[in-house]
Amino acid sequence: MAADAPPEAETEAAVAPDAAEAEPVAEPRTTLLPGAAALLEKLLARLGDAVIESAACYGDAVVRVKPEAWLQAARIAHDELGCDYLSFIAGIDWMPTPTVAGAEEGSGDTSAPVQPRETTYGVAGSAGRFQVFARVDSTNAGAGLTLKTDITTDTMRVDSWCSVYPGADWHEREAWEMYGFAFTGHPALRHLYLPAEFEGHPLRKDFPLLAREVKPWPGLVDVEPMPGEEPGDDEAAVEA
Amino acid sequence: MTTTDLPPPGDLPEVQIDPAIYRHLADAQVNVELDTGDMILSLGPQHPATHGTLRLVVRLDGERVIAADPIIGYMHRGYEKLTEYRTYPQITTLINRIDWLSSFANEVPFVHAAEQLMGIEAPPRAVYIRTVLTELSRIATFLLFLGEMGLQVGAITPAFYGFRDREYVLNLIEAVTGGRFHPNFNRIGGLKDDFPWGFTAECRQVMRRVFESCDTFEDLVLGNPIFEQRTRSIGIIPPDLGAAYGVSGSNLRASGVDWDLRRDAKPYLAYNELDWKVWTHPDGDSFARYWVRLQETRESARMVLQLLDGMPSGPIMAKVPRIIKVPAGEVWVNTENPLGEMGYYVISKGATGPFRVKIRSASFSNVSILPWLLKGVYVPDIVTILAGLYFILGDIDR
Repeated sequence: MAADAPPEAETEAAVAPDAAEAEPVAEPRTTLLPGAAALLEKLLARLGDAVIESAACYGDAVVRVKPEAWLQAARIAHDELGCDYLSFIAGIDWMPTPTVAGAEEGSGDTSAPVQPRETTYGVAGSAGRFQVFARVDSTNAGAGLTLKTDITTDTMRVDSWCSVYPGADWHEREAWEMYGFAFTGHPALRHLYLPAEFEGHPLRKDFPLLAREVKPWPGLVDVEPMPGEEPGDDEAAVEA
Repeated sequence: MTTTDLPPPGDLPEVQIDPAIYRHLADAQVNVELDTGDMILSLGPQHPATHGTLRLVVRLDGERVIAADPIIGYMHRGYEKLTEYRTYPQITTLINRIDWLSSFANEVPFVHAAEQLMGIEAPPRAVYIRTVLTELSRIATFLLFLGEMGLQVGAITPAFYGFRDREYVLNLIEAVTGGRFHPNFNRIGGLKDDFPWGFTAECRQVMRRVFESCDTFEDLVLGNPIFEQRTRSIGIIPPDLGAAYGVSGSNLRASGVDWDLRRDAKPYLAYNELDWKVWTHPDGDSFARYWVRLQETRESARMVLQLLDGMPSGPIMAKVPRIIKVPAGEVWVNTENPLGEMGYYVISKGATGPFRVKIRSASFSNVSILPWLLKGVYVPDIVTILAGLYFILGDIDR
């Protein structure tokens, strides 16, 4: 199972008329659809200084607000911008992916993609390791906003959105157990997916995926080269 | 009640007493012994109405629900963590298993996200084939619902019809992709294969069957007075509250919200080129949810016929690099899954695999309204409400 191999359509791809499109185009990265632009403009006007940074990202608006304005941003989005629909709330851990332990000795998960070692932050930046981000949509306007805020590592807290969007309840419980930051004002932060006695926060980057570390990925064992392919190609592919 | 608690016949006075009095006596005794306070009922984790392992802890006062707490996570597979350990082409295999009834529709948003980050566009024929298969998954998913919803209110026959007709659609999907449930057919930049020989004619025939099947369900289920009694004004979701809970898809449209991501999200697949209609129902109850899904099944079949008519020719794969490396960036792609809004927030750092993928699955949010929705309903209605919301456990637990 050469999972990295692109489909056997490579020969067809060679004659594809729009071959030039394979070149990465920078332009769609910074576009903003009209609906999202209108929402962004209103939010910026209302929040003022509480917005740290905003950016356009593939037609969407990404707004990073100060942690103390997180709840206020939700209120404004819900009450004034008409974003009545909560899509999700989730966390991000920007810590660079640690090298898999034991990978050098030939065990462990050598098939996992190698991520860059340096810390970089995504669209609209981040002040530190942890962030919360959420997506709200307006069912009338057919447009939405992506909101982000930073979590200070000494408090590991941010305001809960439950009072604005009741659906935030489960999303915040999930983010709490997966990342370990708490939501002030949440009615009952208890485990959602994990058993009550579970220790650790699985989606943190330093939480190892043990099943993948104690033994090599089974998919690697029976790799056979594709017809017309050098036997060593696949390892090279993973390394690249 | 035990008969020994009653006065033994020997001690009875001589006079003849009406036996009905003994019955009243027994009843009185039962009423004293039975606790009429709250009762906790644990529904599931393995209950036929939950399609998997959803547990509902329900606090009852008599037949009425005072509070309900869904316990999820029995099937949590940690896909968000796993995606950080796999490459982009491998991840489509994982996300096939999120909503296993419409796996193809799960793949599309993720592949779109990767394509957008890479600046690749799938060729028109691939886009059309993707749209056909997405709509076929929708039809298959809804046919199962249309049949199985009948089953939950005690009608056995619709379930057989639903399963039978879904099989025709699954056969179509299998003919193209090789898999009934987990096609894993999307590739970044296009598709694995083209339609097989004779597919178009076969597909048209099956669509005719789907129309007939929808008519049958309309007569058999919607026209049934018992079904109406069990579903009308049961489990009403107000539109604003539903949206604030993140309820999406047909469930929200059944509450009168005219919002369909196929039309209202960032344009994806070939929906802009089709002539179709978004169906809504003002009532917001279980009946409305059934009605909307029935109309949407027909609409999807109409879409498939239009797509087959307008199918462009050409390649099915764009030119993609041998090793798929996705440039750094992040993108949010949300699409209309049969169950609601399915979205992926993909954050890439330029490696062969994503740095973080937030999987927004429809059933998770659809079910999160249950504690509110079940408050005050009667126990038998729990089952129809669960069936009417129509969730897939894999889509809740991810």
